[in-house]
Amino acid sequence: MLEVSGLHVAYGRIPILTGIDFQLAEGEFLGILGHNGMGKTTLMRALTGSLPLLAGKVILAGADISKAAVYRRARLGLGLVPQGRDIFPDLTVMANLRMGLAAAAREDAAVVDEVLEEFPRLHRLLDRKGGALSGGEQQLLALARCLCSRPRLILLDEPTEGIQPSIIEEIIETLLRIKARGGLSMILVEQNLEFITALSDRILTIQKGRITGELDPKSADFASAIAAYAGMDSHAAEQA
Amino acid sequence: MDLAAVLTLDVLSGIATLVLLSLGLAVIFGMMRIINLAHGEFVMLGAYATVLSANAGINIWIAMLVIAPLTVGAIGIVIERCLIRFLYGRLVDTMLATWGLSLFITGAVTTAFGNTIQGVPTPLGGFEIGDYRSSYYTLFLVVLSATLLGLVFIFLRRTRFGLVSRATMQNPGMTAALGVNPNRVYMQTFGIGAALTGLAGGVLAPVSGVGPEMGAAFVAKAFITVVGGGSAILAGTASSSSVFGFINQTGSYFTTPVFGEVIVFLSAIVLIRLLPQGISARFFKGSL
Repeated sequence: MLEVSGLHVAYGRIPILTGIDFQLAEGEFLGILGHNGMGKTTLMRALTGSLPLLAGKVILAGADISKAAVYRRARLGLGLVPQGRDIFPDLTVMANLRMGLAAAAREDAAVVDEVLEEFPRLHRLLDRKGGALSGGEQQLLALARCLCSRPRLILLDEPTEGIQPSIIEEIIETLLRIKARGGLSMILVEQNLEFITALSDRILTIQKGRITGELDPKSADFASAIAAYAGMDSHAAEQA
Repeated sequence: MDLAAVLTLDVLSGIATLVLLSLGLAVIFGMMRIINLAHGEFVMLGAYATVLSANAGINIWIAMLVIAPLTVGAIGIVIERCLIRFLYGRLVDTMLATWGLSLFITGAVTTAFGNTIQGVPTPLGGFEIGDYRSSYYTLFLVVLSATLLGLVFIFLRRTRFGLVSRATMQNPGMTAALGVNPNRVYMQTFGIGAALTGLAGGVLAPVSGVGPEMGAAFVAKAFITVVGGGSAILAGTASSSSVFGFINQTGSYFTTPVFGEVIVFLSAIVLIRLLPQGISARFFKGSL
């Protein structure tokens, strides 16, 4: 589904990503785990095209999108749920969802209805302005809006940041249902161990702009591997 | 009674004129946040398109309602592609560039058509209200301004392009991430704003002298209307046009037209002092 090779990205003269390589299979949910400032969000921005690459290639479903504009990548099936959610604050929830259909040849209301079935909490909020929602509701809306665009691959950037635990649970359950249906891949950038472990098929660790390791959440030594990564004892890691 | 009817018609005409003059600017400045100091020259280009077309034998209604907006809309798209698109988010640079553009357009029109006042006859006839006379064209302007407000509302609220355009103005980066080309939306929205302004110039041509300098008379009124209206581009434009149109016409009636304009500008200062975010921020919060 996605091949990333030799990715180098800089802000001005400051290098942020210094040679990122990884592959993502069709239907795979890939976690990217890293501390603040390690380049997780920069990687997301490089993949969406909002930051230019200094070097490297991004291949999405066989198409080289390394130099493609943001909107062209989206039309090829790359969906984004950004950090901070980027809800359109002056549009209603329904209008935000309809924006997910903006690139489609015609607006199909059935798509919105279908997506809304996964997000019952949004049903009673359809006429409310996006800016009037709580952080958790906005996160659900951002995810639902992205799903309306029928992506093949979703980039999900720090979805639990500032969100109440009950909604984090709701997001996990929703994403697990979507994952079980198949046909959708996801790259998930997170610091929340419980969230990333619940959803990811494998987890890449990122440090100082490079991929430094790969963890398997289902393996027996996952807790100790996480502990080694995070610098805590394995009992604490298991609890986390 | 007759006098009251005529005065009411004059007030409605003043409000309609402000709505027509401001609607394009409400899109370009209110929605896109571009301070277009060449707005008056867009009005002037619409008026010239009408005069030249009518003089060439084209039906006056087609000249005013079709040729003027299409011509100025196309010019607006060219200007957006060649100049404005490099200046989004750079307020002062945009002001300087559009000021230069206004001088260029005025100079180019003066060179091409001379510094003389031209005009077209007012279509439709007149009617009498007791001892007073008024024109059907005044009624047409009132109906046209109300219709345009309604059409722009429907366009922005009910159409797919209206939705995409409003979303793009709020967050172009996120709109792009949803598969929309924001540059194209900016270009089209600017073109629509320019076309509305050209339409205003077209329909005002029969009731005002058409010359290269005519834009200067309109630009200040359009800006105080849009700024006084606030962030809700339609509710704001309609409400501030009503306030300033009423003040202008009644002020003009009881004093002189010149003093009427002075009262409008003074009342604009008071309004912006009392409601710095505009009328819509106080009374029509969340409206379009």
